[in-house]
Amino acid sequence: MTAAAEGAPPLRMTRARRNALLQSEPVQGFALISPTFLYALILLVLPILVVIAHSFWTQHYLTIDRTFTLENYRVALTEPIYRDLLWRSLYISLTVSFFTVLLAYPIAYFISFHGGRHKSLWLFLITIPFWTSYLLRVMSWKVILGYNGVLNSGLMGLGIIDEPSTALLYNSSAVIITLTHAWAAFAILPIFVSLEKVDRTLVEAATDLGDGPLRSFLRVTLPLSAPGIISAALIVMIPTVGDYVTPKLVGGKDGVMIANAIQAQFGKAANWPLGAALSVTTMLIVSLMAGATVLIIRALQRMAR
Amino acid sequence: MPEQPQRSMIEIKNVTRSYGAFKALDDASLTIREGEFFSLLGPSGCGKTTLLRMIAGFDNPTSGSIAVGGQPMEGIPANRRPTNMVFQSYAIFPHLNVEQNVAYGLKRLKLQGGEEKRRVEEALAQVSLTGLGKRLATELSGGQRQRVALARALVMRPKVLLLDEPLSALDKKLREQMQVELRRLQQAVGITFVLVTHDQYEALAMSDRIAVMFGGKIAQVASPKEIYQRPVNRQVADFLGGMNFVKAEIVEESGASLVVDTLGFGRIKTDKPKAFVRNGGGATLGIRPERLRVLWDNATAKFEVAGKVVERHYFGEITHLIVEIPGLEKPLSVTETNDFGADDIPVGTSIRLAYDPEALVAMAD
Repeated sequence: MTAAAEGAPPLRMTRARRNALLQSEPVQGFALISPTFLYALILLVLPILVVIAHSFWTQHYLTIDRTFTLENYRVALTEPIYRDLLWRSLYISLTVSFFTVLLAYPIAYFISFHGGRHKSLWLFLITIPFWTSYLLRVMSWKVILGYNGVLNSGLMGLGIIDEPSTALLYNSSAVIITLTHAWAAFAILPIFVSLEKVDRTLVEAATDLGDGPLRSFLRVTLPLSAPGIISAALIVMIPTVGDYVTPKLVGGKDGVMIANAIQAQFGKAANWPLGAALSVTTMLIVSLMAGATVLIIRALQRMAR
Repeated sequence: MPEQPQRSMIEIKNVTRSYGAFKALDDASLTIREGEFFSLLGPSGCGKTTLLRMIAGFDNPTSGSIAVGGQPMEGIPANRRPTNMVFQSYAIFPHLNVEQNVAYGLKRLKLQGGEEKRRVEEALAQVSLTGLGKRLATELSGGQRQRVALARALVMRPKVLLLDEPLSALDKKLREQMQVELRRLQQAVGITFVLVTHDQYEALAMSDRIAVMFGGKIAQVASPKEIYQRPVNRQVADFLGGMNFVKAEIVEESGASLVVDTLGFGRIKTDKPKAFVRNGGGATLGIRPERLRVLWDNATAKFEVAGKVVERHYFGEITHLIVEIPGLEKPLSVTETNDFGADDIPVGTSIRLAYDPEALVAMAD
């Protein structure tokens, strides 16, 4: 036998092993997610790392001092203005999630339990507002809530108020109203999905065991749709904390939120490290709040038993 | 069998349920007695589940009336009826454990001083689930879920327990075991049970009385034995096990008996069933396959018929023989136990079959 012939079998083995490796499930799985994974890594993880790094540095007019410091976090957490903005953002996002879920639930319930053959039509109708730009939808709330707006003219026409109210626009309530409307569809869908999964026989069984419609809803349908409520609350809460456009357009002076302050630090104030520290703080607090929401809803679910 | 209480528990009067032009239930009338195990038997789509759901209050009659315990049920919602139901899918609440499931209906009653706990434990003991109270529904087997559903309904102490195909999801062995247990439980608690089933053996094994339904109509209401031995028509006869049908010409009809001419069996005098209403000159005679006996060697019988084995099917303890009889258009099917070697009769053998004219049932065409 020649040396070449002796060398051939290991080569074939290697190829076989490589094929086996490529066909193994974990490798195929990684191959499948790798484009998305790389995309997320480059556009999400890396920027976040850059932001986190900045939050420990100091801005000196045009240059950045890269020595490690916690000064930015001290400012972010103790300066009254940032603390107030953070609290207000959390308050607005919690209120918005609460009302969005509260208003979305009956709609989702109606579609799921009484939608009949037209369920998909109803869901389709819910997406119609998304055919227009978000900016236009916010602007339309300006038209409704404004000094000479639809609501004021309507109330005056009915003789309920004598002069236009200025309490409607340019405050946190305006932000809450606008956001609640904007996020409704995102809350309706997860609640609808979880209601669809509730076995209708269970409601019949509750009725059979003596529950009226309200009791069977509270004891069976509501606890079983809790996963949908949790998803809806989180889907609304997490992005609204950092919302920038809505407070900018309808929030006025009293409706400013943390994202507006962060934008200012990266823009006019030109203090990137402080902006970064504010961002990271917000991110951490939102994570904590999301976790707490899950725990609270789970506890309520247990209590309902 | 215990003494039958004769007081009526459920009165169903001329109940019809229509969906547009389709009648799921067509002018059904029925009386179910207090304390009896009553079965609604029929193929799918015969209206038996519709009737059960109307007794429970999940559906309402288009016309007619239903009364439970002497009280008209019209306008009374399901949650205020003295009935409880065991659902086909069991409908165990997945977010509650076994105890909480069983106590579900009791919570509203606000029972004092440990009464609730006592009743839950009693119900769990009745269905042999003691000690499994803390398990979640997801940790139970099919048979156990069924028992939870049963305990959850029984704990309410209803006047009537409604069972919607409760055993259909269980495997054969467990199903047979549960049939025995359900029957025993019913006799122990003395509650009226109304069972919906499409399984004739289940109905025969458990019931005091059975209503056989076809196409929204009640065909026959009687004891299992009478339904099996004296079916009122071919449909009922066919649905409850095998039956040989023989065409007959009525020769003579009197109050209690019929004389008929048949091609295979010759001239026969047979009992006239009470419900028999003559329809022209013809009738059908039915005989169950197990009521035909193979005559061995030189044995003779007063009534016999000769034929030839054309098929043989072995079923372990019994053998089905298909026997061609000269003159009959369809061969007879005969069920014979294998004690005497029916499983060894070769196809093509000429044999004689003995029968008892009592076993023949006359049905109007």
